[in-house]
Amino acid sequence: MKLIRVTYTKWYNILKDGLSKENPIAIAVLGICSALAVSNRVENALAMGLGVTFVIIASSLTVSMIRNFIPSRVRMITYMVIISTFVILVQQFLQAYFPSIAAALGAYVGLIITNCIVMGRSEAYASKNPVRYSILDGLANGLGYTYVLVVVAVIRELLAFGTILNVQVLPDTFERWVSMAMAPGGFFVLGILIWIIRELTHNYEVQES
Amino acid sequence: MGNLLEIFTASILNHNIALTYILGMCPLIAISTNIKNARGMGLAVIFVVTLTAIINYPIYLLLQYTEATEISLLVFIITIAATVQFLETFLEKFIPSLYNAFGIYLPLITVNCVVLAVSLFFVNRNYNFLETVSFSFGSAVGWFVAIVLLAAIREKIEHHSNIPKGLAGKAITFIILGILSLAFIGFTGLASI
Repeated sequence: MKLIRVTYTKWYNILKDGLSKENPIAIAVLGICSALAVSNRVENALAMGLGVTFVIIASSLTVSMIRNFIPSRVRMITYMVIISTFVILVQQFLQAYFPSIAAALGAYVGLIITNCIVMGRSEAYASKNPVRYSILDGLANGLGYTYVLVVVAVIRELLAFGTILNVQVLPDTFERWVSMAMAPGGFFVLGILIWIIRELTHNYEVQES
Repeated sequence: MGNLLEIFTASILNHNIALTYILGMCPLIAISTNIKNARGMGLAVIFVVTLTAIINYPIYLLLQYTEATEISLLVFIITIAATVQFLETFLEKFIPSLYNAFGIYLPLITVNCVVLAVSLFFVNRNYNFLETVSFSFGSAVGWFVAIVLLAAIREKIEHHSNIPKGLAGKAITFIILGILSLAFIGFTGLASI
């Protein structure tokens, strides 16, 4: 059975880790700043998610290619330089082709540099693994990040503006939840989402101390 | 002077960088399990954020002068990484007591979004030098307040309450942050930034 065989390959496992088992937002809880700050509208969340995905793939690729030449003492700053180069690319691209989204995201595009997921994948995966797996790992984590971001954004945009992707969904009589568009909404939605995911997957956090 | 004070108050309360701009979440959640660590991290952040903003301001003027503001991100992050590295070595060598107080948190600060965000925000808002100092110090103090408040609540919750298994840990932290954030929204209109 070819179908069953697939589930045991390394490729499949990398994808599964990134998308569900070790999902960067829901399970590992990394990269939250941008996740919450831009997820009040679905289009912002999509742009941010794709931008982050691109940066993770590109920097994983680069780090993995030169992994044997980076002295371990200066590796962090090397990753920083590589990552910020790609972030500047994303920033310039958005400003050139999607100025309205670039304006809505504002400084948060630049803050992809300090998104822990990008740095985390470079440090934990790309610096130890061959190029082809690193690219796939970057893709899996980037998409895992994107879809959680979009789910949060759908809930928040629906409740805060009654729309999804700027298309009116709820009737005008629906009372808008203004706080959903602001910071508290993001915190509550993500907190409850993580709770639901943990209960469904029985992936509980072990209490320290 | 009044302007500076207003920016300072606003960046602690109604424009709190952690609770309204949602920045610096990774360390905020990871290190807020007890008050002592939270305080150490918060102090280190205050120190580094103010220092790097002061250093980045003239650098940005230089970039503006040479019309190379596109690469400001790259330059800022290198400045920050270098400053943190320098501070770590300097404190370890010359002021060991300070190093023991927050030295261990320094390496983590490079990837704290607050540091970079403050540098990016002063650019977006066209602050002059004194406003930048006031804003960066205020934001850092705001972050300190947020992490200490969160740590205090989490400590209490851990000892005195019985929360569902799935909610324990990260999920309940987000709910607490949401409530804190609602409370800080109550300061809206107090001062503008």
